[in-house]
Amino acid sequence: MRIIVGEGSCGLAAGAGAVHTALEALFAQSNPDGVELGITGCIGMCFLEPIVDVYEDDGTLHRLVKVQAKDAQTIYDAVTSGDLSLADKLLISPEDEQFLAKQTRVALRHCGVIDPESIDDYLANGGYQAIAKVLATGMSQEDVIEQIDIAGLRGRGGAGFSTAFKWRAARDAKADETGQKYLICNADEGDPGAFMDRAVIEGDPHSLIEGMLIGAYSIGASEAIVYVRAEYPLAITRLRKAIADATERGYLGEHICGSDFSCTLRIKAGAGAFVCGEETALIESLEGKRGMPRLKPPFPAQAGYWLKPSNINNVETYANVAWIIKHGGEAFAAMGTENSKGTKVFALSGKIARGGLVEVPMGTTLREVIFGIGGGIRDGREFKAVQLGGPSGGCVPASKLDTVIDYNELAATGAIMGSGGMVVMDESTCMVSMARFFLDFTAKESCGKCTHCRLGTKRMLEILDRIVTGKGEAGDIEKLEDLCYAIKDGALCGLGQTAPNPVLTTIRYFRDELEAHIDEHRCPAGECRELISYSIDKTKCIGCTACARQCPVGAIAGERKSPHQIDPALCIKCGNCKTACRFGAVQVA
Amino acid sequence: MQTLAPVDLSLIEPTLDTYADVPGSLITILQETQETYGYLPMEAMELIAERTNTPIATIVGVATFYAQFRLEPVGKHLIMLCQGTACHVNGSELISAAITDELGIEDGGTTDDGLFSLKHVACLGCCSLSPVMMINGNTYGSLTPDKARKILRELAAENAEGGEAQ
Repeated sequence: MRIIVGEGSCGLAAGAGAVHTALEALFAQSNPDGVELGITGCIGMCFLEPIVDVYEDDGTLHRLVKVQAKDAQTIYDAVTSGDLSLADKLLISPEDEQFLAKQTRVALRHCGVIDPESIDDYLANGGYQAIAKVLATGMSQEDVIEQIDIAGLRGRGGAGFSTAFKWRAARDAKADETGQKYLICNADEGDPGAFMDRAVIEGDPHSLIEGMLIGAYSIGASEAIVYVRAEYPLAITRLRKAIADATERGYLGEHICGSDFSCTLRIKAGAGAFVCGEETALIESLEGKRGMPRLKPPFPAQAGYWLKPSNINNVETYANVAWIIKHGGEAFAAMGTENSKGTKVFALSGKIARGGLVEVPMGTTLREVIFGIGGGIRDGREFKAVQLGGPSGGCVPASKLDTVIDYNELAATGAIMGSGGMVVMDESTCMVSMARFFLDFTAKESCGKCTHCRLGTKRMLEILDRIVTGKGEAGDIEKLEDLCYAIKDGALCGLGQTAPNPVLTTIRYFRDELEAHIDEHRCPAGECRELISYSIDKTKCIGCTACARQCPVGAIAGERKSPHQIDPALCIKCGNCKTACRFGAVQVA
Repeated sequence: MQTLAPVDLSLIEPTLDTYADVPGSLITILQETQETYGYLPMEAMELIAERTNTPIATIVGVATFYAQFRLEPVGKHLIMLCQGTACHVNGSELISAAITDELGIEDGGTTDDGLFSLKHVACLGCCSLSPVMMINGNTYGSLTPDKARKILRELAAENAEGGEAQ
């Protein structure tokens, strides 16, 4: 039997490390049946972490969820006695199983399945067969790119540019006398709501390496670089080990798989700047400078890193490559829609019942992802909107839930495919505050190079700040719109050009909410602190004193067993009382 | 403002020996320097400028561009409060207000006793546990303002006990 603990960052944050230590201690004392204890990366079911998978010798899986260190003894007893029903109280429910059962995993194919720290595990699961096929069967650069072209693979980082087009451009670009070209991976996952790239690196680092090798071969690069966020220490550790192991086994370095193809791979840790997701800014950062975008053209394919021809794709894009080469471009293109092929990974979070990583074929509806897989809104509340594409995207309302996942269809809603952040909101989320949140983000992250982005986002933020504090003025919406279009037209790079999207979608779908803030100084969602007040409904309050005890400023008074009151002059609107009240007596208006 | 201990510049010599002459290594040098001192002391940046033959303005320009770099030392407990979208939706603003109320510091500040620093950070990627904060490598999830206060009080109490024991 094998016991596998899910140890991605999310699992570890939920306590997987302590579970592992506890299990290890028990089996160290006595392990008569030679039970193996191993790890895997992110399984993707964040809402059930920590997760422990018990595999019987015939491969039957018992998935145990929300496991705590104190449960280690139960698992130990179940496994050593052979009676796995002893651990049934930890077993995943049939409903929760649907979360994975309804997915189609290509980019995440090994995540939560293999041990990310073992190259042997990767090899045993068909790893490095794609690069071996390319090199052993004498596929030309064009043969490889042709397959990527047939697959219809488009960039998974945001803009959705054709991968085959980029590879051809980099291959055809004339190198200087050194002959040097570079292949770069953008692992600077900046959308504050997307974490699939980290999950791939933490859970399946070799598939990134293999995808990059195939890319490097196709464009004629002998040096590859992964630019990873420094905030991802575990990803960096695992990738570093994977690079060392792959080099030792001859999958990286000189004469890969005994061929004439040689390629090295190294990691460069980023230092925290959202704009470095833009490819020319990323190149500047790689060169040790401030990450400010360059003017295009020349494109990186002609003059990129150190002005040499360079190709940049993101992690998820590369993670699809080995699969495509192995199964053929047609198999990939068989999934999806007319202009969006294959699958896409989404990081589902917010007010969702079942949050985590979801990979579905393009063409799936938002409704299916949010309700079919994610289980809808938690606590039985009403769905209000879903935010796609982070600071470059927008909020899609309930009326658009049947939109299919497709680059063009999503763009038509005013949002974008983006890197795959999918944050779900219910009626308690204020859409104006949400727009302000993203503008605050882009205004801070604007690199300052071009005026439209540097000043435009700042001016927009000032207007939104006014609106959420009840100081909005007539004409503010029109001013915002003017600024939006000016920034879109005038900004130098993708960050600025897409920064207005969250505001534009709010104006488009939630104008009434904006108007309520401006005209009536009212926040319908009850979120904007300056615009709300707390009170206690006397007919519901039984005088249990729970709220008074939770109030940090002593603003709640009242005798035990008689209705309480809140002193609005003292109230700091922290919401503790509302959380504490079990009778729904605390009202927000 | 706390008085700072003198900076032992010899500690970054190995880093400079390795990277000073490698083009494009400035960020790596700064990262290792910060690893060494916990922040980027001006003296260290001056030495880096000299050894890499780069104007000090360029060094400081890079150091102030990226969120990772700090020009001042941080408190004993660095509170990294996640500002991801999911945390925002689940109420990170209330947590931020509670921390500010409890400790009297805003984003980027350090308490007078040097015990706590507060830093708003980009998504920590534990979206299902939101709102989340990380203190000294430990992740605290599903926070409420009250829970956040309790955690801070516990850390402060632990520290006070440790102090008495010495």
